[in-house]
Amino acid sequence: MDLEPTDDQNTLRDELRRFVSARVDHDARWAAAAQPGAVDRDLWRELGSMGVFGLLVAEDAGGVGLGWAEAAIVFEELGRAAVPGPTIATALAATIDGLGLDGIVDGTAVVGLVEAADPLFVEHLDGLDALLVLDGGSVTLADPPTGTTPVEHPLDPLTPLTMLGAIPTGRAVEGDDLAHQLRAGSALLGAAFQVGLGAAALELGTDYAKDREQFGRVIGSFQAVKHILADAAVGLEVARAAVHAAAVARDERAEGHRIATARIVASRAAHTATEACIQVHGGMGYTWELDAHLFLKRVLVLDQGPAPVHAAVGAVAASL
Amino acid sequence: MKLALTDQEVAFRDELRAWLAETLPTVPPEPPHDDDWQAKRAYDTGWQRRLYEAGYAGIAWPKEYGGRGASPTEELIFLEETEKAGAPYVGCNFVGTLHAGPTIGAEATPEQKAKYLPGVLKGDNVWCQGFSEPGAGSDLASLRTKAVLDGDHYVVTGQKIWTSHAQIADYCELLVRTDPDAPKHRGITWMVMPMDTPGIDIRPMKTLAGTSDFSEMFLDEVRIPVENRVGDENDGWRVAMVTFSFERGTAFVSELLGSFRLVADLAEVARKTGAWDDDHVRRELAIIAAELEAQWALTKRNVSRAARFGTAGVGGSVFKLAYHDTKVRLGDLSMEVLGRAGLALDDPAGLSAVDHVERRLYTLSLSIAAGTAQIQKNIVGERMLGLPRER
Repeated sequence: MDLEPTDDQNTLRDELRRFVSARVDHDARWAAAAQPGAVDRDLWRELGSMGVFGLLVAEDAGGVGLGWAEAAIVFEELGRAAVPGPTIATALAATIDGLGLDGIVDGTAVVGLVEAADPLFVEHLDGLDALLVLDGGSVTLADPPTGTTPVEHPLDPLTPLTMLGAIPTGRAVEGDDLAHQLRAGSALLGAAFQVGLGAAALELGTDYAKDREQFGRVIGSFQAVKHILADAAVGLEVARAAVHAAAVARDERAEGHRIATARIVASRAAHTATEACIQVHGGMGYTWELDAHLFLKRVLVLDQGPAPVHAAVGAVAASL
Repeated sequence: MKLALTDQEVAFRDELRAWLAETLPTVPPEPPHDDDWQAKRAYDTGWQRRLYEAGYAGIAWPKEYGGRGASPTEELIFLEETEKAGAPYVGCNFVGTLHAGPTIGAEATPEQKAKYLPGVLKGDNVWCQGFSEPGAGSDLASLRTKAVLDGDHYVVTGQKIWTSHAQIADYCELLVRTDPDAPKHRGITWMVMPMDTPGIDIRPMKTLAGTSDFSEMFLDEVRIPVENRVGDENDGWRVAMVTFSFERGTAFVSELLGSFRLVADLAEVARKTGAWDDDHVRRELAIIAAELEAQWALTKRNVSRAARFGTAGVGGSVFKLAYHDTKVRLGDLSMEVLGRAGLALDDPAGLSAVDHVERRLYTLSLSIAAGTAQIQKNIVGERMLGLPRER
């Protein structure tokens, strides 16, 4: 047993962090928000060449051949920059044998994933090459419907939504327990992404608390402020351990309820951290120009699935 | 990263399981939860003796002074397996095996080690801790109990508080002020006080849970031989803190695993009372169960860090804060599920109310003992996040 990342895993994390923090900064996020519906294809290919989409694909199939533990580490780093686009869906699509779609691993194809539901909101629809639809136990691969218009005011400026009137038809995708596997993967990587969003918010809030002065001293020295940030840090540390344990358990085929567990605690920790960031910033925290709300809003989007947090709570409750 | 145990760890676990299966049926029944401390001492030290005879005493102590020399992961396995098998807890052996003993192992002379450590391992001696004072709680280094050198003895006068097992202890690890003029951290000395020395007055205090878990200790010109000093005079603060530097993140393993059982039991109670039909109750219990599972993952992370770097660092503070928060909510949910059946500790309704209500009350100590939640948050804020101290 060893739940501390290996040197290789730390190196992977550091490389991703360097790349993502330089490539997807504050300005890049707002540039993406200014082009609703579009997916930044250059970024997508760069992520592909970093191995983000081929992580879970065997080397002889053109992938990187790593496991869920590495995927959890990578998706936390994507979360730290709130990287826009259906990164989780595309990485999961790459794991499906015989999907019959080229260019996923190298980042030339953008694939979405949606759970059939009412209302049926599809994320990033205008930027997709293909859309995977989960409907109960079935999975279909559909061409993204055209001639649709994104909603005017999506909650998250970085996650454009299109409402569809009907579930798009496509061809059935076969696979052993595939719908369940996609939900599990989505829950796990969503949890990792949320931990990253929370970590970014915590860093933003902590940096501000070290800099901002009131009553003649930096506000981070006041215990009332310090403890808000400490609570956020505690939640994220626990959630990160849970996400890593769930990912390792999935690699070892012993996941049990660990993914649901990770999903629940990661969501709660990400809420605490993003809200702490807003609170510590005071009035500035409530403004549009500070990125804090982008982190919070993405957390809220990820809560809703696929494999939403409320379903994870239900699954754990059913096991008691 | 991996969760699976190595072959060596599996072998350790299997051997331990076999020993537990053979030994536990021969352990006498646990004395009732009241203030019969001599009975508790006999029970706890009897178990320590069994551990000693089987080679499990001082599980994390180095072999050079009689310990098992187990790795952090083996220690975790030991705690998990003994808890799951229903073996006795560390009980009154706590200070001896987990604090005073390791401190002596790290800092004492060979003669002192030979004198004190075997008694801890064999369960012959019980230790208590004389650190906190009425005026020195979170600010421990401001302690004022004074020790004045008189020939080959220190003469110690002052007052200690929150001393667990004082009434049944043989020795006390004691912090005293030997230089009142030095800066507060530099005038403290660590020494061993035999509890049968004249001048020690022990007054048990009753906790809000109704038992006398700890005492006040009044020291009136207690004469302690100079040879009982561990480390240099006025270097006691460093000596006392040295045990923290090998904190392995295992302090709450038994506690945490016990909480998994409480969750399972509460689900049973809720089915009996009908509270299980309430969606809110089921979902809140699921969230609590998820948090405990996540804290188990954090424990494994902390243990892995200790194995890699020698210490879990601030991971212990992180665990304690998260765990306390979950336990408070578990306690509140227990009271909600029990309803009026939770109002009598005699449990006439037969709903295991006593376990749940006692734990609800005990949880109030988790955010106070061994560093309040507020101090822990300062540690996380300052050491992990790099925020400045409050002035």
